[in-house]
Amino acid sequence: MSLDQEVATLKRIPLFANIDTSRLKLMAFASQRMIFKDGQALCQQGDPGDAAYIVIEGRADVLIDTADGPLKVATLSSNDIVGEIAILIDVPRTATVKAAGEVVTLKITKDLFFRMVSDFPEIAIEVMRVLAHRLEKTNEQLRAARS
Amino acid sequence: MEPNLFKYIWRHSKRDQAAILLLVLVSLPFYFASLNLPKQIVNVGIQGKGFAGPADTQVMGKLFLPLGDVLFGHPVLLFGGLRFDQVETLLILSFAFLGLVCVNGAFKFVINTAKGRLGERMLRRLRFELSDRLLRFRLGQLRRMKGPEVATMIKDEVEPLGGFIGDAFVTPAFLGGQAITAMVFIMSQSLWLGLIAGGIVLLQALLIPRLRIPILRLGKQRQLTARQLAGRVGEVMDGAVEIHANDGSNWERAELTSRLGQIFHIRFEIYQRKFFVKFLNNFLSQLTPFIFYAGGGLLAIYGQLDIGSLVAVIAAYKDLPGPIRDLINWEQQRQDVQIKYDQVIEQFQPTDILEPAKQDPDAEVRPLDGMLSASSLTLIDDNNQRQVDGVSFELPLDRHIALVGDAISGKDHLAMLLAGLAPPSGGKVRIGEQDLQDLPEAVLGRRIGYVDPAAYLFSTSLRDNLLYGLRHRPLREAEQDGKAIEAWKAALAESLRAGNSPFHLEADWTDYEAAGCTGPDDLLARVLEVLDVVDLGEDVYRFGLNGSIDPAAQPDVAGRLLEARNALTRRLAEQSREDLVVRFDAEQYNANASLAENLLFGTPKRADYEAEALIDNALVGGALQQAGLQELLGEKGLAIARTMVEIFADLPPGHPFFEQFSFIDADDLPEFRQLVTRAEQRGVEQLPAEDRRRIKALPFRYIEARHRLGLVDDVFETRVLEARRLIAEAVRRRDPTAVEFYDAEAYNSAASILDNVLFGRLVYGQAGAEEAVGAAVRETLDELDLKPSVCAIGLDFEVGVGGKRLSATQRQKTALARALLKRPDLLVVNQATAVMDGATRARLVENVLRAREGRGVAWAIERAALAERFEQVLVLRNGRLIDNGAFDDLSGRSEDLKMLLAAD
Repeated sequence: MSLDQEVATLKRIPLFANIDTSRLKLMAFASQRMIFKDGQALCQQGDPGDAAYIVIEGRADVLIDTADGPLKVATLSSNDIVGEIAILIDVPRTATVKAAGEVVTLKITKDLFFRMVSDFPEIAIEVMRVLAHRLEKTNEQLRAARS
Repeated sequence: MEPNLFKYIWRHSKRDQAAILLLVLVSLPFYFASLNLPKQIVNVGIQGKGFAGPADTQVMGKLFLPLGDVLFGHPVLLFGGLRFDQVETLLILSFAFLGLVCVNGAFKFVINTAKGRLGERMLRRLRFELSDRLLRFRLGQLRRMKGPEVATMIKDEVEPLGGFIGDAFVTPAFLGGQAITAMVFIMSQSLWLGLIAGGIVLLQALLIPRLRIPILRLGKQRQLTARQLAGRVGEVMDGAVEIHANDGSNWERAELTSRLGQIFHIRFEIYQRKFFVKFLNNFLSQLTPFIFYAGGGLLAIYGQLDIGSLVAVIAAYKDLPGPIRDLINWEQQRQDVQIKYDQVIEQFQPTDILEPAKQDPDAEVRPLDGMLSASSLTLIDDNNQRQVDGVSFELPLDRHIALVGDAISGKDHLAMLLAGLAPPSGGKVRIGEQDLQDLPEAVLGRRIGYVDPAAYLFSTSLRDNLLYGLRHRPLREAEQDGKAIEAWKAALAESLRAGNSPFHLEADWTDYEAAGCTGPDDLLARVLEVLDVVDLGEDVYRFGLNGSIDPAAQPDVAGRLLEARNALTRRLAEQSREDLVVRFDAEQYNANASLAENLLFGTPKRADYEAEALIDNALVGGALQQAGLQELLGEKGLAIARTMVEIFADLPPGHPFFEQFSFIDADDLPEFRQLVTRAEQRGVEQLPAEDRRRIKALPFRYIEARHRLGLVDDVFETRVLEARRLIAEAVRRRDPTAVEFYDAEAYNSAASILDNVLFGRLVYGQAGAEEAVGAAVRETLDELDLKPSVCAIGLDFEVGVGGKRLSATQRQKTALARALLKRPDLLVVNQATAVMDGATRARLVENVLRAREGRGVAWAIERAALAERFEQVLVLRNGRLIDNGAFDDLSGRSEDLKMLLAAD
């Protein structure tokens, strides 16, 4: 898979949908493509977060440690982004993500992410927009749960 | 040291001086003969004096018995001689002249060489003596001296002595003889003229040296300022960080300028005075002929002196000024070198210097045992501060003792006193019955270990630094062939003639026994063991992986590393991780390696085959052309340039991404933008040569798997493989030593151990590849029992000047290992872990104490809490011993310890 294909993938992710192609190309070029084998962990619950991953191909399970062992709470697939919270605010990983079959990802390090955000304000605005959407959605769910 | 340079020279070289003098005397008759011969050639040979005509003959070479008429009353003819005509005589005389030229030349050659050798030998002796004294200086004295100044003294300031020593006695004897002969001759011709000439010579001899006194004083100043300049230059280098951090460069410039100005003024004044003296000297020399011409002439006119005598006197006088002037110059040189000598040895005569017996290499060394005791131990420093004040204690030597206290507690000074490195101002340190001050360094340095807070490493390999504590004198002769032994014997004889050290540097100095080993074979294991104690084993293993070996010298290791190469592939396959390393395959393009690596398919051994240089390498260029790659290269280069221009366009210059990721420098980006436009319009091949080169240089660093621009397709791969084959062929034919090619069956001496074992490139983009492969390599090497060999290669790591290639922590660890390796009876550690972080320090204290179980440790420790691990704690405040006891006991009752613990 080449850089251009990766850029096409990034375009499909809401967070990056409105961002200029040349910026995305730079981000893709500066980030590492990382392949995880079946069962390999993208991140481990409790570890400090140093990178976010964008799933390009394959599926990964999101697992949370419980008293009865790991509990699968979600499955990630193409175009999903994982780990962005941990790099935005310094919190440990809130879940373990394990590859289910081979997963191809784009690894965006914390450093790279912050550089992109600070050099290109439009990305920062996009990040705010996406996060605001999520907050709105969470509020909605909260209201629905209360009523 | 001998204060008088002459006595010093005479004492050490009287025999050589006498031999040279004798040689000079023997050479003189030949010299005078050669002076006389030209006259004879002209008179007899050419003008035919004594020959009646061309056909006439004369007898030559008649030989009479010396003193024949005294012994027998008449001359005794031994040889009747031979008859020669004029032509024969001319030829014989001419060849005799040629022969004398050769003989004189040979004498000159031999005498000058002997003088030079004598001078160098004495210089070597003097330099050795100075170095020897330096090695016997007290540490306190050394701290007050500047390294570069001392180096200048030993190297430069004594240098002129070498040239002088050979002439020290020969010149005055020779020139003096000449001058006296001339004087006597003049006197015999005319007493009055002789007295006048003698008077003026006397005036010269008295006046000129007197006038030169200020010049010598200036010379002294010049020497001092030059020495200080060397010291300052050294300081500028040592203080480079401060200078840059404080923008101090202009101040330094001004400071150096003022020093250079001082030197200039001194030198200028020297010139002024020197040339004035020269003028006066010449004037006085010419005054004598004036008197001869005027006075002698008048005397002759009035008939008081016959003309013949006057001419003879004037002719004889010709021979006088030369030797006199040279003698005066020699005297000047003598004073000059005497001053230089004084100035240098003055610095090497401190009031307190170690007796040579203290460093006797063969002093008896017995293990120390008994009690370690201090009685009213006091140390007063240069500023009259009591750094250690009346400390007394007595503890078994095998105790683990912690010295705790704040920064001004004096624990550091106490540690140095306990190691015998500083003489106490009062009181004593004893081990058993022995006062440390009475023990020679052979005992202190071998039975006591000391680790400084800023330990020094020598600029050599890590191994040599570690073994430094085991090398006190040569123990076993070097294993050398006959030729080398002969060479060493000759070198030794010469060393001894100059009073230098008789020890052979190439001999085996390592005291294996001291390290608890039997020989070189089990030393490595012991070194590795100690490295593990100080937590340095892992670092050394990594140095080893990045190091390289010469397979010819270590065929066994190379062979086993080749085995490891295959074992690694098998191991990765067993773990189904064979995809993590993409092996080098002569028939495959390796997408995880750069284009340069793919083309060369080997390790460059010469700069013109490095990746950056390939574009300019004619041999490679030809192969690329032949493989039809040149145009493709332009195409790929243009694609890279286009992408770089596109994605880096909006980044400000100086952005870190340029350095990390871009193929093009930020400064060159605008130019490349135009280049891309032009190349797209006209095609890369139509661009001027320089532009074409810039575009085509880009792909050499391109790694398909990492950069992912999708440039490598089947056509490209095929052509690269073809070019690879062509390059290999051409290199083997024309440049066989330039590249070491990858060969699955051969060890690559130009590549690191790790690269040899991997024999491929780590794959890009596989999560955890580095860790997994790293672990597999380690397991493989372990399995083949190669880890010690790799570590042994790691020990060859060059630590750099002052150990600067190691981190501060690694340096301190190395110093600790060095002290542990010699298994001292007492290990004194002086805040050696100050640069380490808390966890590392705690682990290290733990490890070292465990390794030293049952053997003494005295540790001036940075954190009071760490004292808990020691059997005994000495609490110090302002140089005084406040509390002494076990930690548990003291932590309850010692207010000082409680305060220190609270401050931790």
